[in-house]
Amino acid sequence: MDGTPGAHGDADADVCRDVDGAEGRAVGEPAGGAFVEVDGLEKVFPVRRRTGFLKRERREVRAVDGISFTVGRGEMVGYIGPNGAGKSTTIKMLTGILVPSGGRLRVAGIDPARERTRLARRIGVVFGQRTTLWWDLPLIDSYRLMHRMYRIPDARYRENLDRLVELLGLSDLLNVPVRQLSLGQRMRGDIAAALLHDPEVLYLDEPTIGLDVVSKARVREFLREVNAERGTTVLLTTHDLQDIEQLCRRVMVIDHGRLMYDGALAGLHEAGESERTLVVDLERELPPVRVPGTRVVRVEGPRQWLAFPSSQSAAPLVARVAAEYPLVDLSVREPDIETVIAKMYAERSDERGDGAGVDTPGAVR
Amino acid sequence: MGSARLYAAVAAGGFRRYATYRAATAAGVFTNTVFGLILVHTYLALWDERPHLGGYDQAQAVTYVWLGQALYATFAIQGGGVEKDLMARIRTGEIAIDLYRPADLQLWWLATDLGRALFQLVGRGVVPFAVGALLFPTALPRDAGTWAAFVLALLLGLVVSFGIRYLFALSAFWLLDGQGVSQAMMILGIFCSGMTLPLNAFPAGFGEVLRALPWAAQVQVPADVLMGEASWADAFAFQAAWAVALLGAGRLVQAAATRRVVVQGG
Repeated sequence: MDGTPGAHGDADADVCRDVDGAEGRAVGEPAGGAFVEVDGLEKVFPVRRRTGFLKRERREVRAVDGISFTVGRGEMVGYIGPNGAGKSTTIKMLTGILVPSGGRLRVAGIDPARERTRLARRIGVVFGQRTTLWWDLPLIDSYRLMHRMYRIPDARYRENLDRLVELLGLSDLLNVPVRQLSLGQRMRGDIAAALLHDPEVLYLDEPTIGLDVVSKARVREFLREVNAERGTTVLLTTHDLQDIEQLCRRVMVIDHGRLMYDGALAGLHEAGESERTLVVDLERELPPVRVPGTRVVRVEGPRQWLAFPSSQSAAPLVARVAAEYPLVDLSVREPDIETVIAKMYAERSDERGDGAGVDTPGAVR
Repeated sequence: MGSARLYAAVAAGGFRRYATYRAATAAGVFTNTVFGLILVHTYLALWDERPHLGGYDQAQAVTYVWLGQALYATFAIQGGGVEKDLMARIRTGEIAIDLYRPADLQLWWLATDLGRALFQLVGRGVVPFAVGALLFPTALPRDAGTWAAFVLALLLGLVVSFGIRYLFALSAFWLLDGQGVSQAMMILGIFCSGMTLPLNAFPAGFGEVLRALPWAAQVQVPADVLMGEASWADAFAFQAAWAVALLGAGRLVQAAATRRVVVQGG
């Protein structure tokens, strides 16, 4: 639609439509292009705060403060930002369980708040920290319920279930009560539940939170496959930068209810001028390591922290340190997303020169 | 049609969910049986002093006790039905997941509760009732029609019971903590449904008020239908009116809750 990496995704979506047959596109939906359209979206919460005995102050918190973006069919987009930035509020509005205070919103041509139930048949939602599965009952019972709830034709249900069970390794778990599943197993179970009805868009909220490395890899690999093979549009909220790096070509950063960045992940690092850190363990305490292109940010006994631009490769630096210093161990730390965003936010404010924070909402949770 | 199958599946889930707690069920059967024995002896002493209290003879008083014990869990008179889950889901924000579903929130929970009630009736009600009927002279009808009317009265009573508890549960959207509400619900439920004493045993004015309240649709009305003490038309009309009123009120409150109240948690 607008130079975002949607072109390739749209090709995938065509495949998906063929598979989906008649259900692929509803009447009134714009042909091709934007699947999710958000224009000037706002959500304002009134907050009452006690300011003294019997005194209350009414204030407004702008959780989402004029966000605009579009997501094409088949795109996989990361939606990131610190806690309380407005991510979940946006997702809640996209799915229709919160009514926007302002702006325009369309998902598959549907106004979510007005036709929540109709939209619900076409979307899938997965929360990392919550489950849609029936806690006391075997996993398969929840799937049977999905079968009825989404009115999935029998043949399609069986086909999808078989495929998901195989891809997510659930065959031994189908008859296990959900409360007995491990977090990773439950997460896979939840993802399968969200995909049984072939949703056109999948919203994932922290899908890898709390999972071990193996489970994380498994979930990511599966999501990549769903996106590539079924052309499912995926909107992913996460704190885990690796989720984004491994899955999304496009990332949107939100902070204080505003869209700070929308584009490729590499660009985000540039925009934030982020730095990676080389943690070096030397044989003994030495004066700060001197390697061009790096600066020592911290020294603690024989351990030193060297910062270098994220855009630069770590390999030559590692070689150089190893050649010139008595090296015992070393590791590279990626910048965390909070740091990148915090830096970016500070820079934007500086650019505008509004230190007083005119654009900064008074209170954000 | 599709909806009917969905809610049937939801009800089946509710049934199985409660069926998983076998130890709790066994404990409940024991408690209701013991409580029934104590209450029966108390009632018999009372009816010795005041024969035909509330228009019941001794056999009817005994039947009333065992019906109350058998229906105690079925009507979730002291709580512990789906409203407990619903309040917890509102408090933790998990209600958001229910709202994402292409299903009606109220019907979903009603179906779950009916499934639960059916299990409680079979799993927890039948044994205490059978024990009571074996050990004491009871006043049970012999014609199938009365039993069928009783089943209908039970069903209507269950909808009323759900309607009351659903309203209490939705208050959690505003109050967040459901403890106080649950306690109020329990006390009102035990007293006003006629669990402690049949409502027609209370003095005229007070008794009439109690019999007009929706709680009466639970134990009192089905018992009177079974023992031939109430006209079917009046009983069903009373129950159905409250069922409609409560479900309607539940709908209004639900709409207000989901529209105006923020779903908890990020």
